[in-house]
Amino acid sequence: MALFSSKGKLTRDGFIGWFMAGPAMVLIGLFLITPFLLGLGFSFTNQRLTSPNPTEFVGVENYTRLLGIGVLTLEPEREADGSLKQGADGAISYPRIRNFTRNNPDYPYLEGMREYKSFTWGENQIFILARDVVFLTALVNTLSFVAVVAPVQAALALFLALLVNQKIPGVTIFRAIYFMPVVLSVVVVALLWRFIYAADNGLLNSLLSYMSFGLFQPVDWLGRTDTALWAILVMSVWQGVGFHMVIWLSGLQTISPDLYEAADIEGASRWQKFSMITWPLLRNTAVLIIIVITMQAFALFAQIDVMTKGGPRDSTQSIVYQAVERGYRQQDIAAGSAISVVLFLLVLCISLTQRYLTREKQ
Amino acid sequence: MTTKAIFAGAATALSMLFSTTALAQTDLTMWYHGAGNVEERKILAGIIEDFNSSQSDWRVSLQEFPQSAYNESVTAAALSNKLPDILDVDGPNMPNWAWSGYLQPLQIDEAKLANFLPGAVGKWGDKLYSVGLWDAAVAVFARKSVLDENGIRIPTLDQPWSGEEFNAALEKLAASGKFDYAIDLGMADKTEWYSYAFSPFLESFGGSLIDKENYQTAENVLNGDSAIKFGEWWQSLFQKKLAPGTSQSPADHETGFLEGRHALQWMGNWVAVKALEKYGDDLLFLPAPDFGNGPKIGAGSWQFGVSATSKHPEGASAFIEFAIQDKYLAQFSDAIGLIPATSSAAQMTKNYKQGGPLEVFFELSKRQGTLRPVTPAYAFISPVFSKAVSDIANGADVADTLDNATDEINNNIERNSGYQPK
Amino acid sequence: MMQAGQRKNLPFLIGNYVLMLAFAAIFILPLLFMGFSSLKPNDQLLSDATSIRAFLPVGDLSLENYTAAFARAPIATFIFNSVLVTGVTVFLALLLGSLAAFAFTFLNWRGKDVLFSVILATLIIPFETIAVPLLLEVNNLPWIGSNGFTWGWLNSWHVQIIPWIADGLTIFLFVQYFKDLPKELLEAARIDGAGWLRIYAQVVMPLSGPVIATAAILKFLVMYSQQYLWPLLVTQSEAYRPVMVGLQYFFQLNTPWGEVMAYLTIITLPVLIFYLCLQRLFISSIAASGIKG
Repeated sequence: MALFSSKGKLTRDGFIGWFMAGPAMVLIGLFLITPFLLGLGFSFTNQRLTSPNPTEFVGVENYTRLLGIGVLTLEPEREADGSLKQGADGAISYPRIRNFTRNNPDYPYLEGMREYKSFTWGENQIFILARDVVFLTALVNTLSFVAVVAPVQAALALFLALLVNQKIPGVTIFRAIYFMPVVLSVVVVALLWRFIYAADNGLLNSLLSYMSFGLFQPVDWLGRTDTALWAILVMSVWQGVGFHMVIWLSGLQTISPDLYEAADIEGASRWQKFSMITWPLLRNTAVLIIIVITMQAFALFAQIDVMTKGGPRDSTQSIVYQAVERGYRQQDIAAGSAISVVLFLLVLCISLTQRYLTREKQ
Repeated sequence: MTTKAIFAGAATALSMLFSTTALAQTDLTMWYHGAGNVEERKILAGIIEDFNSSQSDWRVSLQEFPQSAYNESVTAAALSNKLPDILDVDGPNMPNWAWSGYLQPLQIDEAKLANFLPGAVGKWGDKLYSVGLWDAAVAVFARKSVLDENGIRIPTLDQPWSGEEFNAALEKLAASGKFDYAIDLGMADKTEWYSYAFSPFLESFGGSLIDKENYQTAENVLNGDSAIKFGEWWQSLFQKKLAPGTSQSPADHETGFLEGRHALQWMGNWVAVKALEKYGDDLLFLPAPDFGNGPKIGAGSWQFGVSATSKHPEGASAFIEFAIQDKYLAQFSDAIGLIPATSSAAQMTKNYKQGGPLEVFFELSKRQGTLRPVTPAYAFISPVFSKAVSDIANGADVADTLDNATDEINNNIERNSGYQPK
Repeated sequence: MMQAGQRKNLPFLIGNYVLMLAFAAIFILPLLFMGFSSLKPNDQLLSDATSIRAFLPVGDLSLENYTAAFARAPIATFIFNSVLVTGVTVFLALLLGSLAAFAFTFLNWRGKDVLFSVILATLIIPFETIAVPLLLEVNNLPWIGSNGFTWGWLNSWHVQIIPWIADGLTIFLFVQYFKDLPKELLEAARIDGAGWLRIYAQVVMPLSGPVIATAAILKFLVMYSQQYLWPLLVTQSEAYRPVMVGLQYFFQLNTPWGEVMAYLTIITLPVLIFYLCLQRLFISSIAASGIKG
């Protein structure tokens, strides 16, 4: 990575290197790393925000409470003669999970768990239990969110950047407009989108109904568990794409126009110019964008806090929202810190993988 | 030389005189949650000025905070050991703050509180920690014309609707086809409103947020039969589309009843004045329905207390004692529309005096007001209950949801060693 | 994709504009909603919000909401605090961040790679998760100011500035940009015997217009529009409050939505102005100076 790298001379610019990087490093160490380590320490205790009870060291209890998972297979309830017991609507009934997870001496490892998901296997019902269902849901939601947001937002941002990178009149205005949503506070954005997504007379429903000549039935976008997260995703992309467009733009600026002129002379098509000049030279920016988008997506919090508060029925829970909920609202700073540490490790693994996959092949 | 000496002596004597006067007046800081509310600031400033000029021992200065940020600011200040002398606290949070060490008991003459509404007096563990100048109440807002048109009996305080009557009324209103929804419960307001407005329904069914004998467990009160009945009734409201659900937009909530899209509204008296302006004589404030255990509404609003780290609790308490005079209760009530804490003060207000438009709320508060559980655990119970109520409204299994909420609350109490006072 | 002033086929150009206009319409909606709503009385605002009228300046328009907003909250103080805190932070962030990035990109020194990885790792830490430990930490830091030596940083400007100066994103942005600069320039300067600091100041930074603008606007946004939790925890008097905490003044039991919109419109202006000022920088000086890549 260094311009004049030569093995064995790593300390050549030692002094000046530390001098230039020093102030930033000290500040980061003091104000980002130290609190994080402090939080890490909290996660091994039962620290409350303020409490007259003394803080005790509890080891990994916060983590086991967070991540504990179990599996339970249940056979259906049967009548005395062995036939399947059926409810009024013909549904097969199974014994209640609570009988196994509360004070059942045969299943001590399931103590306190709740149902996360269940599915049928033949006659039996297989239950996946978790000690902290809300956190597990938040984890899955966040991962799904990131998996969709990262490529979609990055691609859309690149498209817009290419669009406004042209030297045609008025492009500055467009660039400013595309950036508008980023500038606005999340409060105004959330408010507007709540009106757009409203079930009765919401703007989106009205628009879709109009365009489909009345065929379209209004959907309660924020009220249905299967649409709420994606509604938030669309809003997120809409608000964040300008941010990344600007980053792509700065990367595009490092590409000399002479390259394009040369390509024009050789009669290259638009697609060829993009795929053979632009895209390869954007590699560094692309790495930056993907890493930043991924990290920002994992930090999903503000929109949920303002619009849905994790609902409906946990379908919009996110990891950071849970960390804040536990740490502040429920005043359990130790549990909140544990969630932060888990998040950190998760994202660390993912970004290390990303960096490995996108490393420069020398 | 002598002249100089005399002048020097005089100057020294004068400066000593002034400094002693300055020393004698101690500064007290006061925090209030109402930043952005112009009327409240005016009244508070008036009270403070009156207090400051009525004696020379103490000088109170006010710092306002916005309501939505207030609790977090106080917590941060407590963590940093920078609490003010006087602060106000939302009623149900008082036990938690007292337990956490933010508040100390008040040093005021308790005889002065004899006529106060129960919701305006904050006691925990037999100690008085806070006192409020007003209380807030919730009622069913309705229009006489609408009820008459649909043949629905108008309930009174002595004869409120029973649960069945209430449900029948809702269904009739929904069936009339003239409204988007029969009743607006305010699901758009995802703050403390859920616990404040909906836990009384739970209590009316016979359930409770926590066992009120010992405050150690929620088993059987939050997940017992009565509670499950509440949950099923609650869920039915949304399944039958009688009320807008959790995705209600704030605009719909603020204008629905006023613009006639909702037939009834379950709402607090802080918007009563606005509704009165719109509907005048046609507007009715109806008591809560009785689901079996008596009709209940919430109680307890913002109250003043003294911080535990205050170096001058006597001064702080003196201020609070000064502020609870009837004339100030009346001023606040007139300005913000909430119920003054004493009936004598009520007579001095324009809304709550005999024959006043909001008079009924005073009785409502007195007869139906039920305090939210007086326990430090409430800070945890409230968001858990809000979530449970929200999930049930969205179709979750009632018994499981209530069971889970109960478990969470019990675990929290256990992890905090029962929230015992020190 | 860069058509250097040449007239390409007209359909393509028109198609371009249509596309850009379509996107512009989608993106400008909230600004219109906010701006027009700030001119409407509350009731009309809310009922308009359910239809296309939300984006149109119709009905009873006036500046009432603005006067009421100024009466409700000390808006000038809030804006002053925000601009001061943000301005100082952005300036120092650009300075220290670019210096550090320069060191990481062009210099050889022990520990460089490890430190860089650590910095990238800090990008992952969302602020909400370190807010409380940071609060506890700043309570115990000393400060030398107008009151002499004091402990604890609460309720000041520096507590809102200093923890935020150095961040991984700014450094990362600069690093990725520096890596793409033409190497010949630096080699030429080194051969001429210039010291690293000189190269930083006279060769690299002048060519860094785009990344400076990018980093500046992003940092500005974070400090100005997104900062809420931290100022809430550390400011205790109106004298130090920034605009986003001030926003909460408008959320009362009976929320005056018109005033909310007026306030939001007012506080968005500094950001817009800053962004427009940076526009020139967004276009590269490399392209302008015609250096062959």
